[in-house]
Amino acid sequence: MSVSGATSTPADGPDPALFALEDVRLVLEDRCILDDLSVEIADRGITVLLGASGAGKSMTLRLLNRLEVPTSGVVRFRGDDIASLDPLRLRRRVGMVFQRPAVFPGTVRENLLVAAPDAGESELVACLAAADLDASFLDRLGDELSGGQAQRMCLARTLATEPEVLLMDEPTSALDPHARHRLEETARRLVDDGRPMVWVTHDLDQADRLSDQQVVLVAGRLATGDEARTYLADASSADGDDGERRG
Amino acid sequence: MGTTGSAVDSGAIGWGGLGLSLVLVAVAVGLSLWQGLRLEREILWATGRAIVQLLAVGQLLVFLVRPETPVIVAWIWVVAMVLFAAITVQRRAREVPGIVGLAVVATGASAAISMLVVFGLGVYPNVGRAVVPIAGMMVGNSIGGTVVAGRRVVGELSDRRAEIEARLALGQPSSEAAKPYVRSALRTALTSQIETTKAVGLVFMPGAMTGLILAGADPVDAVLVQAALMYLILGCVATNVVVIGLGLTRRLFTRDHRLLRLTRQST
Repeated sequence: MSVSGATSTPADGPDPALFALEDVRLVLEDRCILDDLSVEIADRGITVLLGASGAGKSMTLRLLNRLEVPTSGVVRFRGDDIASLDPLRLRRRVGMVFQRPAVFPGTVRENLLVAAPDAGESELVACLAAADLDASFLDRLGDELSGGQAQRMCLARTLATEPEVLLMDEPTSALDPHARHRLEETARRLVDDGRPMVWVTHDLDQADRLSDQQVVLVAGRLATGDEARTYLADASSADGDDGERRG
Repeated sequence: MGTTGSAVDSGAIGWGGLGLSLVLVAVAVGLSLWQGLRLEREILWATGRAIVQLLAVGQLLVFLVRPETPVIVAWIWVVAMVLFAAITVQRRAREVPGIVGLAVVATGASAAISMLVVFGLGVYPNVGRAVVPIAGMMVGNSIGGTVVAGRRVVGELSDRRAEIEARLALGQPSSEAAKPYVRSALRTALTSQIETTKAVGLVFMPGAMTGLILAGADPVDAVLVQAALMYLILGCVATNVVVIGLGLTRRLFTRDHRLLRLTRQST
């Protein structure tokens, strides 16, 4: 596992970068969210974006899906400047699962059909299976699902667009430990099937369980080696103090 | 009671009748004092302002509806009404970005359509005496629906941001992603006018009909005029609401299908 920031090096290995952020600055409502961030994300495995609240992790993820655009700098997806790509096609290639499951009104089937209006029964069932849900869920109402089921339904819905890569924005933060581990296992299975993933978290245990490489952000920047080590040490000690509450 | 009888015969109440109607203003002030609403000043200011505005407009109407005044003057007044309406909408829905421009387009479009029907099809003759009051009713009655539509669309898109961004993240274009929420907002804005149309005659007596009857017109004729006006107003409000919905959907998303950050103002 490599740690960008902690080692001051980008993701190693021969793979071309899945995403590359070059001198990215993001200012929203006069607040600097990201400050000259340059980082590469490897085109393999799970890259975990780590950092304290407000470090810019989620905004970085939103830049990759073009739900935000940088104030300055360039974001590349497999070498292409995403500003030059059709945003609607890009978003189907780069699927995103949000922190809180956004369930649309209607059944699970209707939710999946929003993502893939022409999908047949077998394709919908396959999407559910990939997200660890069985076919019986298709006719369940979305608002009757538990938190974990709803989040897996959202994952299935994202998978219905057949994305090349998955962005996961703290997807387990609202889930109980059992649902969290189940979603992590699902994520690992999807990655092992060849779909790289970028996973945002501030949970160091989860980062260690999941990551093939880690990127540490501090105050909207890629952490220097010392900053990353300090952050990881501080967060680790906070985790120890707070272990019971966080389960 | 003799005074009342002659007023009904002529349709005029005179200054004395107006003065007597202030009794109800005194009741409103008294209720405000009794309940500690602290709205007495507001009520008195509104009362004074209303009579001054109406007298001023009355003088203007005398000029506009004279047979010798060219009808184009009345149409220029209609354009001014559309602009005043847009400014009023903007004051009542400040949190809606670009609402003044949208309100000009929406109110202008609905006024144009309704005026075309009324005067193009010869329902009324194209004279100042008909143009000014009918346009006033169309434009005036559209303001409420326009304000509600604007505020509701912004409110829905702001409150449902997570769902809308989830739809955008699935590759839906902004118009598709916003549609369920904009539709809900527009239904709310239009429902009020539909309910008003349904309740007319049963719950309240609308102004034009009341005015005509008080002025001595045959009640059946008055009802026909009022019904036609209600249908036109309904069409106007529907046009306004839909134009606002379509316009705001374009205004609140970027060209690359991102939802702008919105300020939600409590009502």
